Amino acid sequence: MVKEEQQWTIEAKSSLFDLKLHEVWAYRDLLVLLVRRDFVSFYKQTILGPLWFFIQPLFTTIIFTFIFGNLAGISTDSLPKPLFYMAGITAWNYFADCLTKTSSVFKDNASIFGKVYFPRLIMPLSIVVSNLVRFGVQMLLFLILMAYYYFSGAHFNISWAICLFPVIVILMALLGLGAGMIISAMTTKYRDLAFLISFGVQLLMYATTVIYPLSEAIKKYPAYAWIIEYNPMTPIIETFRYGFLGQGSFSWFSLGYATVVTIILLLIGTVVFNKVERNFVDTV
Amino acid sequence: MSKNIAIKVENLSKAYQLGQIGTGTISRDLERWYARIRGKEDPFLWIGESNNQNTKSESDVVWSLKDINFEIEQGDAVGIIGRNGAGKSTLLKILSKVTAPTTGKISGKGRIASLLEVGTGFHPELSGRENIFLNGAILGMRKKEIQRKLEEIVDFAGIERYLDTPVKRYSSGMYVRLAFAVAAHLESEILIIDEVLAVGDAEFQKKCLGKMGEVSKGEGRTVFFVSHNMDAVSALCQKGIVLQNGRKQISSGVEEAINIYQEFSQNEVLLWKNTNENLSPRFESVAIDITGNQPYLTLNINARLVSDQKYAPAFITFDIKDDRGKTIIQSMPSAAPFIQINQGTANLDLKIELTGLVPGFYSISPWIGPQNTVTYNRQEDILVFEIAQNPTKNRVFPYHKSDGFISAPTSFQISYS
Repeated sequence: MVKEEQQWTIEAKSSLFDLKLHEVWAYRDLLVLLVRRDFVSFYKQTILGPLWFFIQPLFTTIIFTFIFGNLAGISTDSLPKPLFYMAGITAWNYFADCLTKTSSVFKDNASIFGKVYFPRLIMPLSIVVSNLVRFGVQMLLFLILMAYYYFSGAHFNISWAICLFPVIVILMALLGLGAGMIISAMTTKYRDLAFLISFGVQLLMYATTVIYPLSEAIKKYPAYAWIIEYNPMTPIIETFRYGFLGQGSFSWFSLGYATVVTIILLLIGTVVFNKVERNFVDTV
Repeated sequence: MSKNIAIKVENLSKAYQLGQIGTGTISRDLERWYARIRGKEDPFLWIGESNNQNTKSESDVVWSLKDINFEIEQGDAVGIIGRNGAGKSTLLKILSKVTAPTTGKISGKGRIASLLEVGTGFHPELSGRENIFLNGAILGMRKKEIQRKLEEIVDFAGIERYLDTPVKRYSSGMYVRLAFAVAAHLESEILIIDEVLAVGDAEFQKKCLGKMGEVSKGEGRTVFFVSHNMDAVSALCQKGIVLQNGRKQISSGVEEAINIYQEFSQNEVLLWKNTNENLSPRFESVAIDITGNQPYLTLNINARLVSDQKYAPAFITFDIKDDRGKTIIQSMPSAAPFIQINQGTANLDLKIELTGLVPGFYSISPWIGPQNTVTYNRQEDILVFEIAQNPTKNRVFPYHKSDGFISAPTSFQISYS
C-alpha cells in the first residue's frame, strides 16, 4: 500500500526555503558511495596517486620557507618556519579545495544531473567529505613534521585549543561549501566567474594568515589589518595554529564571528543552490 | 486525489528560450545593462528569466510542452508517442524531476525511478559490483535494498564472472545489460523509461521488454515508456499519449493512439525547394507524402522541373537511402528518356510502392539526365521521411538494419504427414 508520505507534487515554483533536507537524508547512502567512488577512482588511476597528497604541501612549504621566511624575512611568531607554513597550508588547502570543487559542481556533473534526479545537495556534500580524506593525509604529514621538530628540540607547545580542532574542520568545510554553492549558482549563468575562482582563491590566501601571523599584520599595517581580521578564514587558521603550536591570536569573539559568517553563507548558499538546481539543466 | 490515480498532470507547460540563455558572461551582461539604461536597444537578444516568459512576446520562446493534462491510474503502462521534437523527452524530464515545469502542476504518489539514459553515473574505474551500488543509489535505492537484489541483478545481466572487474573492461553489451538490470530492479511505484531499448542485441532487447512487461503487469507498477517502436509500445502498454508539437493530441487506449500517430506521420507532406536557380534544367521542388498501411505503403512524389530552353529528352531516378547513406532502392519509372525538356516547367507525379520497408529514417535523392552518363541535375538527400509502422504484425523486438531493409510479405503453406 502506498503510504501517505509518498505523495508528492511537482510545481512550477517552489518555496525559497524548501531545502529538501529530508530528501538529502533519504539519499545518505548515495553520499557514502560517492565519497567511496572519489577515493577509489583517485587511488586506482595512478601509482603516485596518494603520493600527490604529500608532494603538494611539502613543496609549497619548502618554497614558502625560502621565499617568505628567508628571502622576505616575514616573522613566524618564533615558530620553526616549515612548521608554521605547513600548519597554514594544510588548513587552507582543505578550505580552498572545498570551495573550488563545489563552485564547479554543476558544470562537472551536468551529464548526470541532466539524466536523473537526486537531491543535488548530495554532490557538494560528497565533495566536502571526499576532501576530508586528503585533508587527513596532509594532517598526518603535518603531525610527522611536528614530531620531528619536537624531538629535535624546537620550541612550541600544544595548547588546550587543540580540542577545538573538530570545530575548526567543520567550520572550514561549511565555509567552503557555502561560498562554493553561491559561486556554483552564479557560474551556471556566468561562465567567466569560473576563471575568477582559481585566481580569487589565490588572492584570498594572501588576505588570510597563511604566510604571516595576524599579530605581525596588525603591527605593520594597523590601518588595513581589519581586512584580514574580517576574513572568516583568519580566525580559523589562527585557532588551528594556536591549538597545535601554541602561537597565534586566538579569541572566542573572532571564532564566534567566523561561525556566524559561516552559517550565513551556508544558508544563502543552500537557498541559492536549490533555486538554481531546478532549472539549471535547461541553461547548461 | 482519487485512490488509484498514480499521476495527475494539470496544465503542464514548459518553455525553452530560443538562442542563448543569458549572454553567458558578466561582461556582456554589463554591456547589455549599460545599453538599457541609455535607452538603447539591447546589443544581445533580450531573453527573460524563465519564470516571466508568459509576458514576453512568443517569438523568443518555444513551448516544448503546452497545456498538457492527463491522469494515469496505478498499474497502467503508458506509451508516449510522438515524432522527434514533439515533447516526449521534455515530459519525461519533468516527470523525473530533472527539470522544473514553467507552469502547471504534477501530483502523484509513490517513488519515481527514471531511466532516461542507461548507466548514468557509471564510473569506468569501479568494478561491476561497485557500480551496481553507485548506480542504484543514484537512482534512489537504499544500500540494503540493492544488497537484497544484487543476485537478481547480476543474474539478469549475466555478468557473474566479471562482477569484480572494472567496467571499463566490459564489452559495450555487458555494460548496457548491467545498467538496465540495475534500473529494472528498482523498487519504485512509477518507472519512467526513455528509448533505452535502442541498445543491446535483439535477444537482450527481448529480455528487457519481457522484464518491463513483468514490471507493469505482474507487479502492478505504473510505467511510462517512450519508444519509436510502435510494436513494442503496443505490446507493453495499455494506454497511449500522442504528443505533437508540444500538445497532447490524444490520451486513450494504445491501439487508437498508435493509429492516430501514424495518420499524423503519414499524411504530412514534406516539401523541398531548390535554392540554386542558375542551373538548367533543374529540379525546382520535390514534395513527398506516404499513404497506405504496412506492408503496403506508397510513397507519392511530386517533382517540378524547370528549364530555360529546349534540351534532349531526359529520364529520372529517385534513390532511397537508409540512415547510413546506403542506397537501398533506386526507382526509375522508365529507362527511356520520357520527359520532354522545353522552356518552362514540367510537373511530374510518381508513386513508389514501399513494400514492407522496415521502420527507420530514409532519405530521397533525385536525379535527371538524358542518358546514364550525362547528368542535368542531381540533388543528394533532399528529404527525409520516417517509417514508423511495423511491416510485420506482432513483432516485438525492434528491427535492425542487419536484418535487411524490407520485410517482404510472405505467404506459406505447410503440410504434415
